[in-house]
Amino acid sequence: MIKVENIKKSFGDEEILKGISTVFEKGKTNLIIGQSGSGKTVMLKCLLGLFKPEEGFIFYENEAIQNMDDEQQRTLREEIGMLFQGGALFDSMTIEENVMFPLRMFTKNKKSEMLERVNEVLERVNLGGVNKKYPSEISGGMQKRVSIARAIVNKPKYLFCDEPNSGLDPKTATVIDNLIQEITHEYDITTVVVTHDMNSVMEIGENIVFLKNGILVWQGNNKEIFSTDNQDVTDFVYSSDLFKKIRDIQLKEQ
Amino acid sequence: MAYLEDIGSYFLMLKRTFGGFTKRSVLKELIFKEIDDLIIGSLPIVIFISFFVGGVIAIQTALNVDNPIIPKSLIGYATRQSIILEFAPTFMSIIMAGKVGSFITSSIGSMRVTEQIDALEVMGINSLNYLVFPKIIALLFFPFVIALSMFIGITGGLLAGVYGGFTTYTDFTAGLQDSFNSFHLVYAFIKTFVFAFILATVPSWQGYYMKGGALEVGKASTNSFVWTSVLIILANFIITQLLLS
Ligand SMILES: Nc1ncnc2c1ncn2[C@@H]1O[C@H](COP(=O)(O)OP(=O)(O)OP(=O)(O)O)[C@@H](O)[C@H]1O
Ligand SMILES: [Mg+2]
Repeated sequence: MIKVENIKKSFGDEEILKGISTVFEKGKTNLIIGQSGSGKTVMLKCLLGLFKPEEGFIFYENEAIQNMDDEQQRTLREEIGMLFQGGALFDSMTIEENVMFPLRMFTKNKKSEMLERVNEVLERVNLGGVNKKYPSEISGGMQKRVSIARAIVNKPKYLFCDEPNSGLDPKTATVIDNLIQEITHEYDITTVVVTHDMNSVMEIGENIVFLKNGILVWQGNNKEIFSTDNQDVTDFVYSSDLFKKIRDIQLKEQ
Repeated sequence: MAYLEDIGSYFLMLKRTFGGFTKRSVLKELIFKEIDDLIIGSLPIVIFISFFVGGVIAIQTALNVDNPIIPKSLIGYATRQSIILEFAPTFMSIIMAGKVGSFITSSIGSMRVTEQIDALEVMGINSLNYLVFPKIIALLFFPFVIALSMFIGITGGLLAGVYGGFTTYTDFTAGLQDSFNSFHLVYAFIKTFVFAFILATVPSWQGYYMKGGALEVGKASTNSFVWTSVLIILANFIITQLLLS
């Protein structure tokens, strides 16, 4: 569980996050959605400690990161897995070395044990037989999956994903979304996904935080989001032509 | 103002590079990899350039001193002095700024734009120590490269001088040993150490703090070459003033 209490973050004179409070629950896929520029990535980077908010607190379980010393922060980081928008695989390393990297850094396991775990998670993301390839030699969707494998290899308690399915075809995007959700349930971890993809919202939106101009304007799940009368949310949801048409049909049927 | 900030960020980078150390076994591996990339990988070009420039220096000297009063050993002497004092330490370093420097900037820069550096930071790894420290250590071997350049350069001079019929082996080697001042070697290697540090850190700094995408990586590499060579030339001037005058 991650609890956010009234965080504010500015760049220069511009206030990007204007006092956000919420809870991201354990064992659920928590989504941060909103329009481009609403502050989703900034919020994610605050959660990760890459940005320091000027005000407010971020609690991991019951410990505020602001009050942790360097050592505690480092320990926390070892419990975090992150899936970057572009995958962020190390391109000087093979797939196997990439996935093994967190284990080499943070465990004292033997090479054979590490390799076993690497193969286990690569299987988990349905990628066998690419161990010796380099990131540039596999497709974008495969890179995303390797990146998920790297994020979960050290059994994190928290998983963060920034736009996990941008630039992927709808089918692969769904595969990635489902994978994230399954892993969240399987390992009972706290997952936070930044997205502006309505398909993800429908597929895996167990707890959705909607941001607009740095303010949390709505929170709920993927059933509630279609029945809310919050104007900002409906504008966002029905900005897609497809959803608008579906709703028009639904309204006509009623 | 922007320059002051730049300079500030450079020293901040150095400070962070020497703290928050990466796990030892991993660091050792990184250092060996950098030695391979930066030092071993540079040897062919260093040998090639040194050999032929050494030859040209000898021939040029010979062509410019056909006055019979000047002893033939001058060719060896002049070749030695130019190579040890300037060509090997300073000009090889500038050539390396083009090769090693732009390699460092583009490799770190592309890690920046593809979020690989963020990935390291999120894992709680001090990315500066992970990326820059091994390069600084690898470039501690740079003086060996320069020593090799001196040796090959003088050999090139000898061969070009003797086989080109400008001098004899005896004259040339007599010139090589003529009024040899060992402090010149000390001076050359002090310079080399300073240049090696510039060569490791300035391109890293250019790559680490760059913003943008693939196009900017290219620009950063060019910038890095300009900064590195300007700093090497300035450092050369200051060190020469301090040590030789
Ligand atoms: N490092 C930074 N320095 C200054 N301003 C920033 C920085 N990062 C983000 N911003 C600003 O914060 C605002 C919110 O950006 P953010 O990246 O969080 O948007 P987002 O919701 O993730 O949008 P998108 O869906 O396009 O990724 C933008 O106006 C952006 O210009
Ligand atoms: Mg974003």
